[in-house]
Amino acid sequence: MSALAVAATVTDPEMPMLTLVDLGVLRDVAEDGEHVTVTITPTYSGCPAMATMRDDLRHALHTAGYADVDVRVSLSPAWSSDWITERGRRKLKAHGLSAPGPAPTGPIPLTLVPTRRAIDCPRCGSAAVRLTSEFGPTACKALYQCTDCLEPFEHVKEI
Amino acid sequence: MESHDLDLDHDSVYDGLLGGDPSQWAFGTDFEDPLAGVDTTIPAGVDGATLAAYCLMLGDDALVYAHRLSEWTSNAPDLEDDIALANIALDLLGQARLLLARAAAADAGVVPGLPEGSPVPAEDALAFFRDELAFRNVRFVEAVNGDFAVTIARLLLFATHRLALLQGLVPSVDPVLAAIAAKGVKEVTYHRDYAARWFVTLAQGTDESRRRLLAGLQTVWPTYAELFRCSDVEAVAARQAFGVDPRVLEPEVDAVVDHVLATSGLERPDLPPSGTRPLGREGQHTEAMGHLLAELQVVARAHPMGKW
Ligand SMILES: [Zn+2]
Repeated sequence: MSALAVAATVTDPEMPMLTLVDLGVLRDVAEDGEHVTVTITPTYSGCPAMATMRDDLRHALHTAGYADVDVRVSLSPAWSSDWITERGRRKLKAHGLSAPGPAPTGPIPLTLVPTRRAIDCPRCGSAAVRLTSEFGPTACKALYQCTDCLEPFEHVKEI
Repeated sequence: MESHDLDLDHDSVYDGLLGGDPSQWAFGTDFEDPLAGVDTTIPAGVDGATLAAYCLMLGDDALVYAHRLSEWTSNAPDLEDDIALANIALDLLGQARLLLARAAAADAGVVPGLPEGSPVPAEDALAFFRDELAFRNVRFVEAVNGDFAVTIARLLLFATHRLALLQGLVPSVDPVLAAIAAKGVKEVTYHRDYAARWFVTLAQGTDESRRRLLAGLQTVWPTYAELFRCSDVEAVAARQAFGVDPRVLEPEVDAVVDHVLATSGLERPDLPPSGTRPLGREGQHTEAMGHLLAELQVVARAHPMGKW
């Protein structure tokens, strides 16, 4: 298996239904003879999963026979939720999470009313949903509740 | 009974926790440079020592304020705000980590010396082993939290200022600082919105919430001006085009704050600024800073080898 194919199997430690490719965090895998250089980008500056991602990438590549692995960080361009792939979005929905809409661009408005997002309940499909918190259990998620089926769910934020 | 090699079986999140060396975990498992692989060459025309001093200022603002906000964990009025304040603190801690690492890469001389063989990385050495006089954060962020209304008033002013500052740093001639700033802009946008919404909610809520918000605003207002005072380091940083002169941010920040005040039906407090010099930027802090650092640093300082 190529180093890229191996790295592409590694999953996100906090949303294990997504590979690092689905999440858009795996930026590059370069093979130079025996040496493999993997480049990843953090979702948020304080993302505590970065260390685990790095360890998991190294472990997967070592297990596949790549002894010399270097995992690097790329800060620019900054990660965007737009980088979550179509497959990643389908997997989020299949696991009861709501996928992000388009990330904001241009001037940054001050929004004094709660962010309105056109999202559907991942469980029943109803558009009648209520934001319960703009911050969730991990940096990348907001909390919602469906007012039809009453199921609470997590929404991956636009960033 | 079968034995499993935990190293080869990474299904549990706990398996990697000890990183193969169960003796060293006082500082977590992430001993690696958060800028691993990032080109930290100092750009032409930039003085490395000034760049480091400037990154310490911005990093210390984030670190010290993150610590204050983290004190709300398990103490906020409800679970959602507990989570929100903890998330904001985590974002700022992440920014602090990158900025302190950038400072260390620009000038290794700023990093406190530790015993030979200590695994403590540079950014942790800067956070945990510097004395109070070496911290360059504004006094604004070190003050005690007060109640939730004081916290919201301070967070609104801080996040509005920091968002303008980070946006001003995106075109920095230092590509590392520019990248850290561009990333931070996205995060602090959420912080500012959170604080502004709560500000308006408290202002338009009950008599008691409005009274407390007004008291909170008056508590933080005299030190607000400190955010726009320009230290010598910041003046050089602006001249060398890797940093921002804080004075240029004032009109933009004021406009946002005034908009929130107007929406809340409040006036700017008629209170004079406390002092005229950026004392925090010169390492002169208030009594609150010593207590904060004691709690922040005590565990790390007791275990400089990262072991217990
Ligand atoms: Zn539903």
